[in-house]
Order: sequence, then structure tokens, then C-alpha cells
Amino acid sequence: MVGHGLTGMLGEDGIHVDMNHLKSGEVNLGTSIMAINFKDGVILGADSRTTTGAYIANRVTDKLTQVHDTIWCCRSGSAADTQAVADIVSYHLNMYAIVNNEAPSTQVAASLFQELCYENKDMLSAGIIIAGYDPRHGGQVYSIPLGGSLHKQPYSIGGSGSTYIYGYCDANWRENMTEEEGIQFVRGALREAIKWDGSSGGVIRLVVLTAKGAQRHLYLPDTDYTAPGRTQ
Amino acid sequence: MTGFDFSNYNRNAALQAKGAPGPKATSTGTTIVGCIFDNGVVIAADTRATSGPIVADKNCEKLHYIAPKIWCAGAGTAADTEFTTALISSNIELHSLSTGRPPRVITCMTMLKQHLFRYQGHIGAYLVVAGVDPTGTGLYTVHAHGSTDKLPYVTMGSGSLAAMSVFESTWRPNLNKEDAIALTSEAIKAGIFNDLGSGSNVDVCVIEKEKPTQLLRNYLRPNERGQKERDYRFAKGTTAYLNEKVFTKEDLRKYVTVEEISGDPNLMEVDS
Repeated sequence: MVGHGLTGMLGEDGIHVDMNHLKSGEVNLGTSIMAINFKDGVILGADSRTTTGAYIANRVTDKLTQVHDTIWCCRSGSAADTQAVADIVSYHLNMYAIVNNEAPSTQVAASLFQELCYENKDMLSAGIIIAGYDPRHGGQVYSIPLGGSLHKQPYSIGGSGSTYIYGYCDANWRENMTEEEGIQFVRGALREAIKWDGSSGGVIRLVVLTAKGAQRHLYLPDTDYTAPGRTQ
Repeated sequence: MTGFDFSNYNRNAALQAKGAPGPKATSTGTTIVGCIFDNGVVIAADTRATSGPIVADKNCEKLHYIAPKIWCAGAGTAADTEFTTALISSNIELHSLSTGRPPRVITCMTMLKQHLFRYQGHIGAYLVVAGVDPTGTGLYTVHAHGSTDKLPYVTMGSGSLAAMSVFESTWRPNLNKEDAIALTSEAIKAGIFNDLGSGSNVDVCVIEKEKPTQLLRNYLRPNERGQKERDYRFAKGTTAYLNEKVFTKEDLRKYVTVEEISGDPNLMEVDS
């Protein structure tokens, strides 16, 4: 019988979360994901590895999911859970845009994600980073870890690979980077995460969100993550 | 009423409490694959169904109909793949009638993932969904827990590793129909020969734009039973006997009534 319970623990020294409690045979996003603020907006980044146990079920996964025109999210944890949550949020944001005749703000999207992640915390294993650009607030980055709390951050890293790049990010982070500097920062961080984390790998996908809209980037391991760069 | 009837579960639980062994589900320890080509998509499957170590069916069908131009290959629990695809097929037909449009592959994939996610993996259906619709060609995998992937070539089931090794070593972009059929059937063959859970024959389904769908049942039969070199039946007269006594029909008439049957005496009486 497949069973799962709460395996997160609150100790005196912080929250300890066991990410290793997926139901048997469940598809896992053993992941490296991040999102940052920069001068003109936000950049989301992710590796592309999806695993079932020791097998790589998909080596070119797209973990950067669009939930509105310029509101995207990075998914980590269970693939099934995060896809279901993102689909529901996407539906609500589309409805919001129709009803209010106005695009939703990033905060609205983040609140929707939080509602779903908090109310169903017993049944979900989902760690999500939301990043978006709206004309009123500019670029914003929110993170929702396992318990369902919501944090607005200048930049956020997540997934199993993120543990290896706390030092890198802390040492290299600067406020108000240019787009080119931001891309360098994310690409450099994810390259290290992929290098050290066995559950992360494949290609590096980026999405840049600015007033001009969304633009995708792709970096391949063949060229040590330097090419081909911009797509679309 | 929709959904499951749990009375069989209660019966089995009561039986097991008394020490009886639980029933075993027939699993399609399977190799299923799919591959996009320039004018459509092809999916293929082996034909072995297993129940534990027993081959339950040597030539089962793992390619399921959803709509004329959307087909599904199923791995996992045989009953779950059959009922899930049948349910979605029915709903897709109604949806198509209601909208007055041909059904889309992505609609089918979304209905499948939402159904499977609701049951949290208890419905053991692992599917490859493929088809063509007015938006183009679609090929997806759907896992039992409700996650999906979109790729140009996919494999699933216990033989997926063997099949994927064929794809990863020989796949190239812009395949034509013949190449795609050859590649998918080669991938299934890798599963048949290298995975214990897969075996017997190769079924193929080719879905092409502006052409009728072809279901190539038993496209390859690489496990045909050969003629036995020897047999162990004894020749007539092998057994010695001491005496012989022949009873004729006339002898029998003394004890019972014997009636002649009209027509061919070799035919069995079916309906008079």
C-alpha cells in the first residue's frame, strides 16, 4: 500500500524537510531552480532533469511553466503535484484577466499558489518559485517552500541542487544587475548546481521577463552551457 | 453513478483476514514507445501480459482507441489502462459532438492527467498518448500519478530502458513514415528480447495527417513457434495385448437403443 505522511520537522535550529518521501514510482523533479530580480525585470532558470528513482524519465524537461503572459513559475518536487497546481493557477489567472479586463499582478498569482500549497500541504510535495513582471510593480520574485509559506525575495533558489550554490549566489549576488549580468549569474549558478547535484542535469533553460514580454534562452552541455543562447 | 465500486475490495479484505491469498492484478510488464515523424506519429507495443511470473496472455492488445486519430499505448495494470482509455475515449467523443470539432491530443492528455491525479496513483495506468489534430501532431507520456511529458520520442513500461537505448542511439530529426515504423518496431524488439516483462509480437499504430489511421496488429512476429523436430507420441501397436474383443453396433442394440444421426456424423449437434 502506498502511503505518505508529513515528514517535515520543526526543530530548534529550523525546519527540516525530507524531500525523499515521494510515493513509490512517482516522478520526481530532483531539481535546480532559481529566479532573480534584475534592472528591467526578472529571470527564471532551471535544469531539465526528471527522474523516477535512478532512471532519467526526461532529460529535456521544461520546469519553467507559464501561468500568465508575464507570470511564470519554477517547479520542484513531485512532477504530478506541481503540474496540477500550475494548471489550476493558470486557469484562475486566465479567468481573473477576463473578469477584471486587466492582467493579474505577480502577487495575485503568488497568493493563488500559496492558497493551494498551504491548504493541501498534507497531500503535496511541491516547492515553487513564482516570478513575474507587471507594469505597476515591475519584476517580483516569490518563493513557496514545502509548508506553504510565501516569501518575497530579491532572488530565490530551490530544489535539491540549490544546497550547493548558496555560497555562489551569496558571493556573486548584486542588486540592479543588467540583463546580461543577470543571465551570467543564473547560468553560472545553475552550472555549478548541475555539476555537484546528481539529481540535476541536462540543459539549462532560462526565461527573461521584462516590459517587452517573455523571452526564452537555452544552454546546452555540449558547449559547457555557452550556446545556443537566445531562442524565439 | 460514476467512480469505483469498493465492494470487491471489502470482500477481498474479509477473505484475506481469514488467511486467503489476495487476488493478483494482471500487469502489462510492458514495452511501449512512440515517435513523431514528418507527417504524423507512430506508436508501438509488445503483446505480452503477465501475472507475477506467469505469462497471462501471449498476444494481448496494448494499443487502445481514443478517437479515430488519437490512440493510446498502455503499460501498468492492464485493467486500469483499458478502463481509463475507454472512459476518456467516451468523454472525448461526447466533447467532440458537443463542440462540433475534431478532438485534440492535448485535450485527451489533460483529461487523462486530471483523472489519474484525482486517484493519486492508485489507478496504475502509464500511457503514451499520440495523435494528429488541426493544431498538428501530438505525442505525450502520462504517468499514473498524473504527471505528463511532451517529447519527440518516448518509451514507457519495464522495457522502456531497452527501448530508449535504441532511440538514443539511432533517432534523428525529420524521419519519414517508413523510418519511424522501422525505428519504433526496433525499439519494441529491444524490449521483447531484453526485458523479461515484455515478449511475443509487435503491434504498431500509424496516425498520419489527412490519411486514415492504420492499426498494424502483429506487424512483426519475431517469436513464431517452430515445428517440433520430434514428437513423443507412441506408434499404434506399441502396447502388447493378450486378447481382443470387438463390440459391434448390433451387439450394443441388445442393451440400449441406438439411433442413427442424419447428415454428417462428424458435425456436432448445435441446434436442431
